[in-house]
Amino acid sequence: MSLKVVVDMDVCQDHGQCVFSAPDVFQLDGEGHLVLLVEEPDESLRSACEDAADVCPVQAITIEG
Amino acid sequence: MAAARVVVAGAGMAGLRTAEALRAGGFAGEVVVLGDEPWAPYNRPPLSKEALKGGVEHAGVAFRQRASVADVDWRLGTAVTGVDLHGRSVTLADGSALDYDALVAATGVSARRLHVDGPPPEARAGRHVVRTLDDARALRAELVPGARLVVVGAGFIGCEVAATARLLGCEVDCVAVDSHPMVRPLGIELATELQRRHEAQGVRFHLGTGVRAFAGEERVRGVVLSDGTELAADVVVEALGSRPATDWLEGHGLDLADGVLTDSALRPVVLDAAADRVGPLDGVAVVGDLARFPNHRFDDAAWRVEHWNIPTETGRRAGAVLAAHLAGEGYEAVVGADWTVLPAFWSDQYDLRLQSYGMPSLADPDGARVLEGDLAGECVVGYSRGDDLVGVVGIGMLREVNAYRDRVGRGAGVPA
Repeated sequence: MSLKVVVDMDVCQDHGQCVFSAPDVFQLDGEGHLVLLVEEPDESLRSACEDAADVCPVQAITIEG
Repeated sequence: MAAARVVVAGAGMAGLRTAEALRAGGFAGEVVVLGDEPWAPYNRPPLSKEALKGGVEHAGVAFRQRASVADVDWRLGTAVTGVDLHGRSVTLADGSALDYDALVAATGVSARRLHVDGPPPEARAGRHVVRTLDDARALRAELVPGARLVVVGAGFIGCEVAATARLLGCEVDCVAVDSHPMVRPLGIELATELQRRHEAQGVRFHLGTGVRAFAGEERVRGVVLSDGTELAADVVVEALGSRPATDWLEGHGLDLADGVLTDSALRPVVLDAAADRVGPLDGVAVVGDLARFPNHRFDDAAWRVEHWNIPTETGRRAGAVLAAHLAGEGYEAVVGADWTVLPAFWSDQYDLRLQSYGMPSLADPDGARVLEGDLAGECVVGYSRGDDLVGVVGIGMLREVNAYRDRVGRGAGVPA
């Protein structure tokens, strides 16, 4: 099963810590709100995505697959 | 040969992250995690913030766990009471022993209590702390509209509880020996501004004073200050910082003066010349709030840092070191690798979001300066020691404060 990243936007509070772990997957827009750039990133980004999920202060990120 | 066993003493964030890092490092043997609380690892910061406001449920704060740790043997409600570091065995609260090939010390800290006259230090007497999920549940039940809350201590947790209680409609007094709330970590300028914002929300501060006693017998009904003034109270929260849980590690020549002193590989350092050997102890790692470790990003000193990302960072480091130790391959390279961390935490108070990177507490006395924005609104404050930026704190302005993150530490210079 391929890598899939899910962000619970009801939980996300735009801390932006995930951006440091996986800048190719997460970004803060001009108003400081989180944007998920790629829902199904390349397998080579798995570790970075798992790190991003770890460092989310409100645990809004789930890695599936 | 039987599969190797790693025992992790402590089932908090640091214990979980270490278990995950052991698997990531290739360790396929047995992992046993012992926790004194009955709960699987959960996120503590919300316990004084949104979870306290909204209602405290384990499901709402539990950490997601990686699939790699699905086979971990979680023994919850099982406290560790002692260890034989030479015989490689821990003692559990029920008197039984558990052998290990490698040990992770992740027992964290407990909340400090005031030792003064008054009702017993128990939630049912109205005296609360906020460290565990059960602590927060007991407190939440008493924060009803109109309740008179006295918070003793004006650090981050004390101020977060004060803010949450105001949002819940409680009357709030805050007592502290400090001159301003959060002044030790943040410095006088920001602390003065944050005090103003709390007062605008109706918190009454009583600063530069200690607590002489709690009034009441079975149950608290007031807080007596050093000068004899009595503040009426239905509920008290003691937010006085923490005490590292090192009792079980005593008697082995370790430096337990403030947590456990380690080297840069998070191995505890045996200092006692009477011990068999002096120096770092292989096959043991100290992680999370318990570890006092050198962090060359700032200086050569060892610091214990209770910031939110430290359990994750130290857990990853410890998992890699122990996995290499148990594999008997590449150990010296892993141990000798340069490893530094950038401490980080956040705080929510009312609609304010504070984000901190680095160690502002290391700054020179006059080392704080507004780098961007306005102290009365949103701002970024930089903290310098000599020519180094040692910390940066944002009130709001998240994108701006995040942009300074990589500039914090030795040698990067202070922003113009």
